[in-house]
Amino acid sequence: MNTMRNPGWEWLMAQRWILPALLLIGFGLAFAIPEYNLLNKYVQLVMMYVGINIILTVSLNLVNGYMGEFSLAHAGFMAVGAYTAALLTQKVLPIADYPGLFPLAVLAGGLMAALLGLIVAIPSFKVRGDYLAIITLAFLMIVKSVIENIDYIGGPRGIPGIKKLTTLPWVFFWTVATIWVVRNFVYSKYGRGVLSIREDEIASDLMSVNTRRVKFLAFMVSSFFAGVAGALFAHLLQFISPRVFDIIKTTDVLIMVYLGGIASISGSILGAVLYTVLLEVLRPSNFAALVSWLPDVIFDPLNQYFIRHLGVWRMVIMPLALVLVMLYWPRGIMGLREFRWFVPKRDLDAHHRHVAHGGSHDAPHGH
Amino acid sequence: MSEGIIYWLQQTLNALQLGSIYALIALGYTMVYGILTMINFAHGDVFMVGAFFCFLAAVYLGLPFVPTLLLTMLGAALVGVMIERLAYKPLRNAPRVSAIITALGVGIFLENFTLALAPYPKNIPALLANATWNMGGVSISSLQIIIILLSLGLMFVLDYVVYRTPVGIAMRAISWDKTYVPLMGVPLDLIISVTFAIGAGLAGAAGTMYGLAYPVIDPYMGIMVGWKAFISAVVGGIGNIRGAMIGAFILGGVEIMVAAFFPSTYRDFVAFTLLMLLIVIRPYGILGQPRTQKV
Repeated sequence: MNTMRNPGWEWLMAQRWILPALLLIGFGLAFAIPEYNLLNKYVQLVMMYVGINIILTVSLNLVNGYMGEFSLAHAGFMAVGAYTAALLTQKVLPIADYPGLFPLAVLAGGLMAALLGLIVAIPSFKVRGDYLAIITLAFLMIVKSVIENIDYIGGPRGIPGIKKLTTLPWVFFWTVATIWVVRNFVYSKYGRGVLSIREDEIASDLMSVNTRRVKFLAFMVSSFFAGVAGALFAHLLQFISPRVFDIIKTTDVLIMVYLGGIASISGSILGAVLYTVLLEVLRPSNFAALVSWLPDVIFDPLNQYFIRHLGVWRMVIMPLALVLVMLYWPRGIMGLREFRWFVPKRDLDAHHRHVAHGGSHDAPHGH
Repeated sequence: MSEGIIYWLQQTLNALQLGSIYALIALGYTMVYGILTMINFAHGDVFMVGAFFCFLAAVYLGLPFVPTLLLTMLGAALVGVMIERLAYKPLRNAPRVSAIITALGVGIFLENFTLALAPYPKNIPALLANATWNMGGVSISSLQIIIILLSLGLMFVLDYVVYRTPVGIAMRAISWDKTYVPLMGVPLDLIISVTFAIGAGLAGAAGTMYGLAYPVIDPYMGIMVGWKAFISAVVGGIGNIRGAMIGAFILGGVEIMVAAFFPSTYRDFVAFTLLMLLIVIRPYGILGQPRTQKV
């Protein structure tokens, strides 16, 4: 990145107080925006979706980016979290009297997903690469199929009328928690293990890395936060059904991970924000509002021939944009790089070396 | 014949029909994987595009069955080669996941591009007169027989091409080694394009047959069928052509039999549980070769 050599940028990146400061401002805003309606409801909704997508992307990046597997199960873990939390708030917890119990439901959703994450981790001891991808895909389909066949939780009809308990502060809290946990995990002793598994599993085994424990942990942390995202998602959308969590949902998260770049927390945040916001901006009414300042001579034909058709074509434009990004930046926007704000101080030196060498991660799930 | 046996025979016929459609698509997955070790996630959508080509040829050009089939295969093959040249070739030396994500992107593009042009599901007209015979209680439709025989015919042709012709030898050589085989005069780009053309052409044929068997087609039909075909390829041992055919018939058989003897909503559950078990027990598929990892 050329900007890395820009002295102004260097100075900015070296300021360790900026991230905590941003965090404080963020928390303040997360409380103030809904309280005083600083932004309209639609923008608030999009912000919450962005947060949920960041949670999903950062947590999937742990398995797919840092550990170099290709998991397709993320929507399955999300479904488990969503259903667990929704059932708790609807049928078990006295939410109507004590809305403060909501975090408990979210936590339970995450824990349930983490438990199932353990089950997916077990085959990963024996199977790698594309075959593990198939196992995770099978897991996703099984979760979906099981939900469809249990009448108590609505079967294929799903659960309607979930209370809207997800709020901007909660989304912000869980987003920060996800980033914090994953970041600390990646830079911990186990995080080194995760990276060594990506580079060469047999070698890391020989170097006395306990690869099984590392895999257990990575899958658990990743699926825990997928479950949390699912729980928040359910209480934002207020309706869930097995169809919501199909392979297309996983594909969305995969796109955000690889668009942002593997093994990069800042990349995942960027990928999730870009993808979610762009899809919203490309809605006809939003796009029209965005360019409404243009003079009528330009706006009218633009509206007639382009904006009015965006409703259909935005889903054509997005995958094209993704393919173009992949062709020009095959590693994604931030692949294997990190804003220095996210790197612990003691790792900054090592991190620079890591980036400088950057080479041998080309086949994250090669043979 | 007793009721039970008739039921079995009937379901076996259905399984063969579904399996042969899966097999035609699975071949494309496995061939591309064999040669590029890349999962071509757009392949299921090429199958969908094939079904729409079939619709165009049958309705707008008013063609009968054989020209429709040939035109569909040709159109799908062209789409396959275009995808390879424009989206995958520039990424041949990039990280493997970039190519996979590009393939996902191409797939979503194909789905939504088709959706933008054809917002409503389409009906494929009956291109073949469908006669039904009753043989000892088992009802056999001529459509089923044609689908099964035609698919088997295409598979035999493919098997012959891959194992008996110079092009096939070149394909297998390149899947063995991409560095030194081209130095011996094998045109790498051409052979890869031919592989994509054959795979996509077979998917186009599958699209036609699927359209004949289940006439309502929509832009998202390729997702589930594509994943199932991919699973077939993995079950058989991905990269192995005969394995893909076997895997497809196994998956088709399991799906039909589960639906026949259990509530049909258990179909995916049983099929995917079996798949999971199979991979854990035999991680390289039925005919796949375990690759030993050198340390």
